[in-house]
Amino acid sequence: MKTLATLALGAALAAGPAMADLTFPSLSYRTGPYAANGIPFADGYADYFTLLNERDGGIGGEMANVLECETAYDTERGVECYEATKGEGALVYQPLSTGITYQLIPRASADGIPIHSMGYGRTSAANGSIFEWVFNYPANYWDGASVIINYLLQENEGSLEGRKIVLLYHNSAYGREPIRTLETLAEMHGFELVQLAVDHPGQEQGNQWLQIRRERPDFVIMWGWGVMNQVAVQEAANINFPMNNFYGVWWSGAEPDVLPAGAGADGYRSLNMNALGDLPVLDDIRQYVVDAGLAAGDGTNVGSVLYVRGMYAAMLAAEAARNAQEISGETNITPAMMRDGMESLVITEERMEELGMGGVGPAFEVTCENHGGPGLALIQEWDAEAQVWVTLTDFIAPDDSVIDPLIEEDSAAYAAENNIEPRCNES
Amino acid sequence: MPDQLLFAMEVSLNGLMTGIMYALVALGFVLIYKASGIFNYSQGVMALFAAMTLVGIQEGRVPFSHLINSIFGTHITEFGFEVPALLAILLTVAVMIAFALFVQKFVFRHLVGQEPIILFMATIGLAYFLEGVSDLMWGSEIRQLDVGLPQGINGAIDNATFEALGYGFFIDNLDISAAIIAAILVAVLIAFAQYTKQGRAMRAVADDHQAALSVGISLNYVWILVWSLAGIVALVAGVMWGSKSGVQFSLSLIALKALPVLMLGGFTSIPGAIIGGLIIGMGEALFEFVVSSNDLFGAWFGFTFSATENWFAYVLALAFLVFRPQGLFGERIIERV
Repeated sequence: MKTLATLALGAALAAGPAMADLTFPSLSYRTGPYAANGIPFADGYADYFTLLNERDGGIGGEMANVLECETAYDTERGVECYEATKGEGALVYQPLSTGITYQLIPRASADGIPIHSMGYGRTSAANGSIFEWVFNYPANYWDGASVIINYLLQENEGSLEGRKIVLLYHNSAYGREPIRTLETLAEMHGFELVQLAVDHPGQEQGNQWLQIRRERPDFVIMWGWGVMNQVAVQEAANINFPMNNFYGVWWSGAEPDVLPAGAGADGYRSLNMNALGDLPVLDDIRQYVVDAGLAAGDGTNVGSVLYVRGMYAAMLAAEAARNAQEISGETNITPAMMRDGMESLVITEERMEELGMGGVGPAFEVTCENHGGPGLALIQEWDAEAQVWVTLTDFIAPDDSVIDPLIEEDSAAYAAENNIEPRCNES
Repeated sequence: MPDQLLFAMEVSLNGLMTGIMYALVALGFVLIYKASGIFNYSQGVMALFAAMTLVGIQEGRVPFSHLINSIFGTHITEFGFEVPALLAILLTVAVMIAFALFVQKFVFRHLVGQEPIILFMATIGLAYFLEGVSDLMWGSEIRQLDVGLPQGINGAIDNATFEALGYGFFIDNLDISAAIIAAILVAVLIAFAQYTKQGRAMRAVADDHQAALSVGISLNYVWILVWSLAGIVALVAGVMWGSKSGVQFSLSLIALKALPVLMLGGFTSIPGAIIGGLIIGMGEALFEFVVSSNDLFGAWFGFTFSATENWFAYVLALAFLVFRPQGLFGERIIERV
């Protein structure tokens, strides 16, 4: 009997998990120093798939299964999460951390599972001919840096000559990403770039802001995350730095980043890759997910910057899965089919309207060469009294003449290091 | 006066202010270590818990609301009233005393006579437990803390230094408040230890557990007292740091800044925590100023770097340890063989 039971258990383990659902792992962080930012994104990601299950019966008739694994924004734990979930039929990973993304790129490429690092991760992964399994549409860090400079050019009669810009960055792989682009742009437009690093987690920035006060820069650009954002906004208010000359990347522009500084945060600006508003899809989420008691959180985050971003990421994954089902003719797709779906993804304004997310992101097409999308982002400003982000601009384009050669150079170096032959030459 | 000298003076002053903030955290460690020989790893999490409790009470939030709502399907989050800051502080102090009772009754009472490493491990467990309880009790959202402390540049210092030196120094009003509160706190703690019956009992236990027990001092009572005091110090530290960044999980990491302060000032000295904090605060600020300056380090070596605060404090503390292993104010350990 004991032998029989052992054999049965062995057979069950060998058979692996049931793979009837479309599995979307979510490497989330609901604990640790970055939890306040990680929770709304994770909620948005999970709630959108729950909505598809409840309202539409899944994707192409297959139920979506979100497999959440807690990383606490720690790279090591992120890799453990990947290893623990990749055998569960994972279709695409959203690592939600640049450090984790860097670690997963070789692993996932070897395992044949796509990665979608939306607005983070290794920027040169936008070159699909080298990074077959990695996608970072609709925008990457270098696009973000260029969009801010383009906006500043637009606001300053087309010239930043002789201006001083401080880059205040998180001293990590993430924070260092825009340096190269900004150095190139500084040379091109004749502005002085002062780089100031802030160590993890960013609770102490007194020295950096004293230096900013001494340097008297025209603008400060921030590449921060978590507590670094809240402290920076407070310190800027403390030294009376003009808040509308202070710009954060899209990971430094959510409600938790500005609320602790109260009225002092008024006028602070940031990029956003997803527009906000009264979206019909949010009404559906409230009706089918929150009110039904199926929400990943308590429902209070619905509609916030990072919630909408998580939902947008889920929508892009779901649309790619739908596309993969159409291409392959199968509803129960594999990671390889998912990759094909991502590589030929077409997002139109009409489709976004149809999904109840009109205007949230730009229309774009993914190709074999371009895994990075159009790189558009908008500028938003915090209204402290109303406690809302006010969108100041339409989506602004980056300077591709600067970004493309940088992507080409970095990805070529990666290809040489890893003996990767460029693909996409067949057409 | 040369610009770099003026800047260095401003940086030093701000470093001293930051050092006081470090010292506020270090004080909690010293109190517990002095009375019980326990290195309390959970001191930083206690600061987080105290600050979250204070904000939660102030905002009239229902503790454990997520848990209650999940179990009973309700949607309760707030009581519907706000609590004035002073009353909320008093209620938080009561919570911290209750926490001290809990810790003593369920953890350390059962570990009397154990090796220090066992007690240390218990505080690691306590830190994780408290972290989870904080999260469950009040949620993970960042909360704005407002107990009426002023923030922003001090205009009087700015004007006075501008008139005297031609350059206005930046000093944050919050840092000035922290310095005043720290001074009061240290004075009260020293007076308590020197002039009250409970304080003398605390010192007796700190000197020798066995001897204190033999003259009728309750170890149990003294440890509850000490953990309560450490809880109150944690609340003060949590309020000060929480006012800067909002009350959030990363408050628990401020404990890491207290370690070099303790290494330098000694684990058993209240004035040592203050002096250690001041040296670390000023030392790391000046080092960062020099190495990130194009006019100083850049001119000398042709490159600059920044973000040195995390590691330089430890280097500084280690340098002191070479000459005084017990710290500047720690008790000298003499062992005869």
